[in-house]
Amino acid sequence: MATWFRQPSILPGFGLTLGFTTFFLSAIVLLPLAALVFKTSSLTWSEFVGVLTDPRAVASYRLSFGAALIAAAINGVFGFIVAWSLVRYSFPGRRLVDAIIDLPFALPTAVSGIALAAVFSPTGWLGQKLSIFGVQVAYTWLGVVVALILIGLPFVVRSVQPALVEVQRDLEEAAETLGSKPFYTFRRIILPAVFPALLTGFTMALARGIGEYGSVVFISGNLPLKTEITPLLIVIKLEQFDYGGAAALGFIMLVMSFVMLFTINLVQAWGRRRLVASGR
Amino acid sequence: MAGLAPRIQERRQVSAATRLGRAALIFVSIAFLALLLLAPLGAVLAQALENGWQAYLGSFADPDTRAAIRLTLLTAAIVVPVNTIFGVCAAWAIAKFEFRGKSLLITLIDLPFAVSPVIAGLVLVLLFGANGWFGSWLQERDISIVFAIPGIVLATIFVTFPYVARELIPLMQQQGSEEEEAAITLGAGAWVTFLRVTLPKIRWGLLYGIILCNARAMGEFGAVSVVSGHIRGLTTTMPLQVEILYNEYNFVAAFAVASLLAVLAIVTLVLKTFVEWRAERRTS
Repeated sequence: MATWFRQPSILPGFGLTLGFTTFFLSAIVLLPLAALVFKTSSLTWSEFVGVLTDPRAVASYRLSFGAALIAAAINGVFGFIVAWSLVRYSFPGRRLVDAIIDLPFALPTAVSGIALAAVFSPTGWLGQKLSIFGVQVAYTWLGVVVALILIGLPFVVRSVQPALVEVQRDLEEAAETLGSKPFYTFRRIILPAVFPALLTGFTMALARGIGEYGSVVFISGNLPLKTEITPLLIVIKLEQFDYGGAAALGFIMLVMSFVMLFTINLVQAWGRRRLVASGR
Repeated sequence: MAGLAPRIQERRQVSAATRLGRAALIFVSIAFLALLLLAPLGAVLAQALENGWQAYLGSFADPDTRAAIRLTLLTAAIVVPVNTIFGVCAAWAIAKFEFRGKSLLITLIDLPFAVSPVIAGLVLVLLFGANGWFGSWLQERDISIVFAIPGIVLATIFVTFPYVARELIPLMQQQGSEEEEAAITLGAGAWVTFLRVTLPKIRWGLLYGIILCNARAMGEFGAVSVVSGHIRGLTTTMPLQVEILYNEYNFVAAFAVASLLAVLAIVTLVLKTFVEWRAERRTS
């Protein structure tokens, strides 16, 4: 193979493994996604805009994006506290807590969905208590937020944890010796070091939340214009054999995913640059 | 996404205020996790056992539920090996060689993580559905992909695509290729080099990827739901069976099937923690 394309190596298998990788990637991921773009382009411009600006669609973006944003922000705070406790403190059951963080990755989304619905429904044990205060979580937008907090939590914790381990303790101790208050030390030393990782985790949780389906549909109630997320609207359009409409909505979500992926890459590159600049 | 829990060194004397803050943060963490993770898990078990063990076990006598369990196992049995082979190939190409477009390739492999599972199902319907690109071609030959088992398998391959590759690429990049180069220079064949040199080095990472891939393959809901058609006893996997039973208000049966999936999740976490512990011991 030409050397402009790759550096020479004595290891075998380059053609075979790269060939299979690109073939399989194209067949399973790229070709299907191309079909989505192609199907969308078969709509006229006014049809396309009509689907996207339909009030039901607009309401669904607001819910999907808004709930994912709120959930990611809540995870940013609590995920940080959890990561902090796990990295900095030793307490009984720490390893167990550490292992359980990944539960949302391992638990099928449909199971988290019906489980949350059971806990937060007006007859469920938490829903009952909340309804005393007039708060209803299940079958409202709050339910969507709760489901997305569950789904997004491990992204934040697992991003922040390694960054917290890396924070230089001697800098903190130096600040304390020089009379800095704990909160000041946190704001000026710890937060700047961990911020890129926190932002990465936040964006990953946000991206996952926007696309999430299984855990949400059981607790959201799925009322058009009120508690209907965009992925559900795609499913409804498919069930009505409105393939063009489903493709248009899918296309917009795909564009969103690319923007998110791009943002995550930018944030990570920025974090690496900062790390180099600070001489570590 | 490895679990990190390094040993804590108590370095200095702490004041009462610091100790109080510490206790408060630990309490907030544990309360948050208990509310968010343990309460739902407990709810699944409580609801499944609401009418006693007899009713719980009786739920699994339903032939449709049994068919769903079989289909889930079949899907995982196809998807996990396929994605494992892909993951090893991709990691070998990416970690052992320098070539143009590598970072683009890595980004594209990660793409299924960023895409909504519903989109994964949607694209298959657009390709293989009755009005899709290959729809009429498939119909003439009487092959069904969408609303049949092949669609479920393809959708599951799509959503679990990056798991093994993602674990192996950074691991193999970090390990370097000196040992493989030495083996090749000493006259070992390509296959022998992989089996005798590389595989022992990457086995824990590989196992880790396979465990996560399997959990997702068995539990996938969104993508599979779009392409399955929900034909009872034929194209319903376990998560879809949970949905069907739940929507029929057959809560005991729905939560009974869900409890099996919850056990799967817990087994996954235990295995994952064990693999991490082994890998940690190897490096230290």
